[in-house]
Amino acid sequence: MFPEFLTDIYTDYTIRNITLGAMTLGFVSGSLGTFAVLRRQSLLGDTISHAVLPGIILAFMLTGSRDPLILIIGAAIVGWIATLSIMAIVNTTRIKPDASLALVLSVFFGFGMMLMTFVQRQPEAASAGLSRFLFGQAAAIIWDDVRTMLIVGGSAMVILLIFWKEFKLVVFDRAFALSMGMPVRRFDVLLTTLLVIAIVIGLQTVGVVLMSAMVVAPAAAARQWTDRLGFVTLLAGGFGALSGVSGALISVYMTRMPTGPTIVLCLTVVVVFSLLMAPNRGLLWSWVRQHRQSREIRSRVVLGDLYWLSAQHEGAEHGHSIGTLEAMSAGRVAVDHGLEDLERAGLAQRTGDDNWMLTESGRHQAQKDLQSGERESADV
Amino acid sequence: MFDLTSGQIEIQLVAVVVAVACALLGVFLVLRQMAMMSDAITHSILPGIVVAFFLVQDLSSPFLIIAAAATGVLTVSLVELLNRTRLVREDAAIGIVFPALFSIGVILIARFAGGIHLDLDVVLLGEIAFVPFNRTTILGIDLGPTALVMMTIILVINVLFVTLFYKELKLATFDAGLAAALGFSPVIIHYSLMSLVSVTAVGAFDAVGAILVVALIVGPPVTAYLLTDRLWLMLVLSAGIGVAVAILGYWLARYLDASIAGSMATMTGVIFIAGYLFAPYRGLIAIALRRRRQRWEFAGTMLAIHLLNHEGLPSAQQENRIDHLQDHLNWDSRFAEHVVRWAERHGSLTRQNSHLFLTEKGRQRAREAIVR
Repeated sequence: MFPEFLTDIYTDYTIRNITLGAMTLGFVSGSLGTFAVLRRQSLLGDTISHAVLPGIILAFMLTGSRDPLILIIGAAIVGWIATLSIMAIVNTTRIKPDASLALVLSVFFGFGMMLMTFVQRQPEAASAGLSRFLFGQAAAIIWDDVRTMLIVGGSAMVILLIFWKEFKLVVFDRAFALSMGMPVRRFDVLLTTLLVIAIVIGLQTVGVVLMSAMVVAPAAAARQWTDRLGFVTLLAGGFGALSGVSGALISVYMTRMPTGPTIVLCLTVVVVFSLLMAPNRGLLWSWVRQHRQSREIRSRVVLGDLYWLSAQHEGAEHGHSIGTLEAMSAGRVAVDHGLEDLERAGLAQRTGDDNWMLTESGRHQAQKDLQSGERESADV
Repeated sequence: MFDLTSGQIEIQLVAVVVAVACALLGVFLVLRQMAMMSDAITHSILPGIVVAFFLVQDLSSPFLIIAAAATGVLTVSLVELLNRTRLVREDAAIGIVFPALFSIGVILIARFAGGIHLDLDVVLLGEIAFVPFNRTTILGIDLGPTALVMMTIILVINVLFVTLFYKELKLATFDAGLAAALGFSPVIIHYSLMSLVSVTAVGAFDAVGAILVVALIVGPPVTAYLLTDRLWLMLVLSAGIGVAVAILGYWLARYLDASIAGSMATMTGVIFIAGYLFAPYRGLIAIALRRRRQRWEFAGTMLAIHLLNHEGLPSAQQENRIDHLQDHLNWDSRFAEHVVRWAERHGSLTRQNSHLFLTEKGRQRAREAIVR
């Protein structure tokens, strides 16, 4: 299958469109989503992606056109209205953001479903393929769609680049931005507009139900790998593009694989991999780090105890039993493993069965530990 | 078109039962600021339902409900697990977990369940119109539509949960710290609530679909929240609004010949907007009226204080005239005229030519304001 699809990308018109389209939408929604995630608006993305459904259907009902640009404009307008409604509810009532999000999401979506029953009743609309907006359909991507994605997404990326510094400031240091006299509210609005664009651009490929994941997941994954905003944004775009293309192609080549869910599962793999593997922040790394630290502490404790014992007894050659050491550390650490670590580091040596003593370098190390410990407690 | 067959009555009954069951739990989700969890749960229970369905091959088996509840709890735990790694924030964690689970469910249906009763439109939309065709009979007696029987049982469970654990729920909702200190585990209450939401969602799935369950869980309680400050009243009002949404939504759907579930969600929005505008104390109109009244009252009091200050002094000739208010209180002449008329109507002053004289009531008003 693999070589086949690689040649298809070059030779097959449809496959080339699908690859290009999925890549574009993945990159745009992934990179713009970074700001949504950093501003804790992940669930706003979910709400907007559901709430645009009536916009798509109204745009179709009013114009009778299936032009992706018109449908996207309809979606964007309604996405905007939804966002404004959420802000109005939060600002003028005591209803909390979560409840207003859930309310707007479900009511708008339900309204869209109601409108959809009208559209589906018209015979010529049966082929309009509006229902593909629910779960998306990569196979239906044509050059028109790709062009629309490139134009709309490209403009969004340009805006992002132009106001990069301002956006960065608004997201990370709002108070400072305000004190500089920056029109913070206007940049908020602009960022939310970009979020709406990030969502509507992928609607017909990924579907309204799962589009929010395209916005949230790449950024959440990219965040694990780096602390720099620029890299996070680029990496999120890359993850989005990668998952978009692989999901779209899988769903095209395998039968009965809905596109949106397939792309989301590819994304989930990326997220899980990043959470586990990312250097420094990744879970695997922090487990390793923790394990190392606890081993380090264990050897230090055992080393200290051995040193203390040797100080009590005449003659450095005197061995001490594991039992004594275990009694000293009162079961807090696994003494035998600690001793093995010390032996490997050349700090302690076995003098008989279960009897241990410090080596010369072990004695030095213990003295050093003791001194630095005293210094620290003196500092405190 | 308004003749009712038993099927139509049954559809409305199911809608009402679903709406009330959702609204009761929704009150606590809204108050605990976990409304978006309802969205997450209604999506993410799908794989649980699908897997259970493959095992038992029966869409109305109670096994499906258990599986759904388990998946709901799994969702909540996964979100918490992700959140606890501190690698992603809670909102992003929700936004990652439920699309992943939902995708698994959708793919399972698309790949392995083609042609059988479980299809994708039903997942999102439900098809309440088909409810009367699937009936439950025990010992040959027709107990009614299966969905009605199932949802009634779920409703009873929800009502029992809310009434039996009313105190615990109230405490855990409004003061989780105190609840924990008194020995009620907020964690247990949290998970029982989430399991019940999952159970209710799966029961309602068949009838109204995944996303409209969210409308029924969140819409009525949010509207009730605008109407009252009392928990018990909020529960009662939510249930009432749920009933209204169900019945009005049904008739809207019949009138427009549209999807019933979609119409119910739309009705939820309409009723919310009505509450948003007309709620007695918190509605937009009530707030606007109150602001206006306060503005007049404040201006009237200002005027009364001004008049009292100069009353009986030589300066009164000059100061206590309507055309002087422009200079002294910085009011334009039209506003000054309005305020004077308002004060006249409320009996705090009288006007002779353009001179203003306080009545006893007006003096009283000014003195009270000064003392305060």
